[in-house]
Amino acid sequence: MKNFLAALLIGASALGNAGAAAAQDGPLRIEIDQGVIEPLPYAVPDFVPETAAASEYASQIARVIASDLSGTGLFREVPASAHISKVTGFDNPVKYADWKAVNAQALITGGVSVNGNRLTVRFRGYDVFAENELGSGLQFTGTTEGWRRMAHKVSDAIYSRITGESGYFDSRVVYVSESGPKNDRRKRLAIMDYDGANVQYLTNSASLVLAPRFSPTGDRVLYTSYESGFPQIHVLDVGKVQRQILSSGDGIMSFAPRFAPDGRTVVYSQTQGGNTDLFSMDIATGAKTRLTSAPSIETAPSFSPDGSQIVFESDRSGSQQLYVMPAGGGEARRISFGKGRYGTPVWSPRGDMVAFTKQNKGRFHIGVMRTDGSEERLLTASFLDEGPTWAPNGRVIMFTRESQGSTGRALLYSVDITGRNLKPVKTPDGASDPAWSPLQQ
Amino acid sequence: MSGLKLAMAAVAVLGLSACSTNPWNDDLNGGAGAGGAGAGAGALDPASPAYFQQTVGDRVLFAVDQSSLTPAAQATLQGQAQWLTRNADYVVTIEGHADEQGTREYNLGLGAKRANAAREYLISQGVAGSRIKVVSFGKERPLEICSDETCYSKNRRAVTVLAGGLTG
Repeated sequence: MKNFLAALLIGASALGNAGAAAAQDGPLRIEIDQGVIEPLPYAVPDFVPETAAASEYASQIARVIASDLSGTGLFREVPASAHISKVTGFDNPVKYADWKAVNAQALITGGVSVNGNRLTVRFRGYDVFAENELGSGLQFTGTTEGWRRMAHKVSDAIYSRITGESGYFDSRVVYVSESGPKNDRRKRLAIMDYDGANVQYLTNSASLVLAPRFSPTGDRVLYTSYESGFPQIHVLDVGKVQRQILSSGDGIMSFAPRFAPDGRTVVYSQTQGGNTDLFSMDIATGAKTRLTSAPSIETAPSFSPDGSQIVFESDRSGSQQLYVMPAGGGEARRISFGKGRYGTPVWSPRGDMVAFTKQNKGRFHIGVMRTDGSEERLLTASFLDEGPTWAPNGRVIMFTRESQGSTGRALLYSVDITGRNLKPVKTPDGASDPAWSPLQQ
Repeated sequence: MSGLKLAMAAVAVLGLSACSTNPWNDDLNGGAGAGGAGAGAGALDPASPAYFQQTVGDRVLFAVDQSSLTPAAQATLQGQAQWLTRNADYVVTIEGHADEQGTREYNLGLGAKRANAAREYLISQGVAGSRIKVVSFGKERPLEICSDETCYSKNRRAVTVLAGGLTG
């Protein structure tokens, strides 16, 4: 477990002399809400190795940055084969004319040094046509094992400076890894970087597991396991791989857990006498509170980021629809009114939207709407899309897409909330039920 | 990449052992899988689990997004209740299932309603409620794997799984 998210203490500091506050509204800016048609061209030449052991990291870090930025669909890399200048020293003056000539509007340069297992990455971003720096340079220090995280941190800084939004690259995804045929599917929990790197397995596949969810700080994961023969909620400490069962009592099914923003309370579904309702539980004391009391199926609860409200699905109207109620229970307000059925709502980390799964006319969609149900927008359509999860900046959604028929398998996909940039997320096996972590600290 | 030698620690596995002191854990008819249509049941011992599965019928089927029992389902459950009354050593777990058309959590709730409908019917026919547990697998354990109604109709089911019954 040592190279798990512990072990990696990244220190960040501003580079020495870059004192003056950078102009916030420089000419180089992507407004994401406008729906970018033409990605912004940028160059990220191999970083400069400043010690002997740093050369491989120096080029790999540049490649991860390029993968992050180009992967958003908002940026387009000017490939190294087109570069005129070579960056041979991190502190050398930038030859803007050479980068203008290849139409690189942004330039990212960096230096890498290795001392023992300590890796130090320095970088600067440039607005090529304005001939100035994009904010001040930064330096990250961590372990060599964490080199990808340092690359993601550079990407987050560049993305943030150009879009004005916080980044999402230094984040992880916990999901269910799937293998085997459809009628003998084996499932186990796995965790990976947001881009599919560094996959590690958290459980074996002896027991069916479903729908892991991160704690607000990303240190723990809630999930549903059939280890006892009945679905029960487990909490896993990600760093130690230690596990606790939140028991609902013998023979009582509980599932669909999610943390409250305080990290101490869990909201979930519990089934008794065939009827599924919502409950909350204090993890430390085990004290339970009933939140709904209806003969219909109430499930898939998700807190608003301020912890005051819960969005959930219920078929109390006759079909699955979305409702919002106070976090302590009480009167629920229906928010979905379009055609079809709505399920698996998830409140966005910014608090402004709810992502959901919609079923209509035999098709499944991932969609988003305002928290009052207005401005519904469907982002995908397929035989079976379900279970959205938000990137920490609320701009991208990851979900499960299952293909049709006897050879059908589940894979992860991501899509911007604009509906652009739909693409698969690479995993070693089948994969379902992704949950995106907060940005790592 | 190769020079970086990133140690990918295989992660230790969590506790495995299922407690086996519980009679419900002696799964005699293969969980979600076994059973089904009776073939060549003539020679079966009427007190055997195989007879229960194949001749009495261990499962009932449901309409799309429904948990109400059809007349055929009720007839099967009457047979199950009679068999369980004659073979009082057995306890059962009723497994409720859904087809793949639906979201995961909702299907868990729907499978629970189906299993509970079967349970309530068995109780109405005189089987003690203490002998019947229910569990939902939602859409996680399909029997048939095509993506059309011929398969879906067989996957929307409640299966009565025998356990215990140490005497013949």
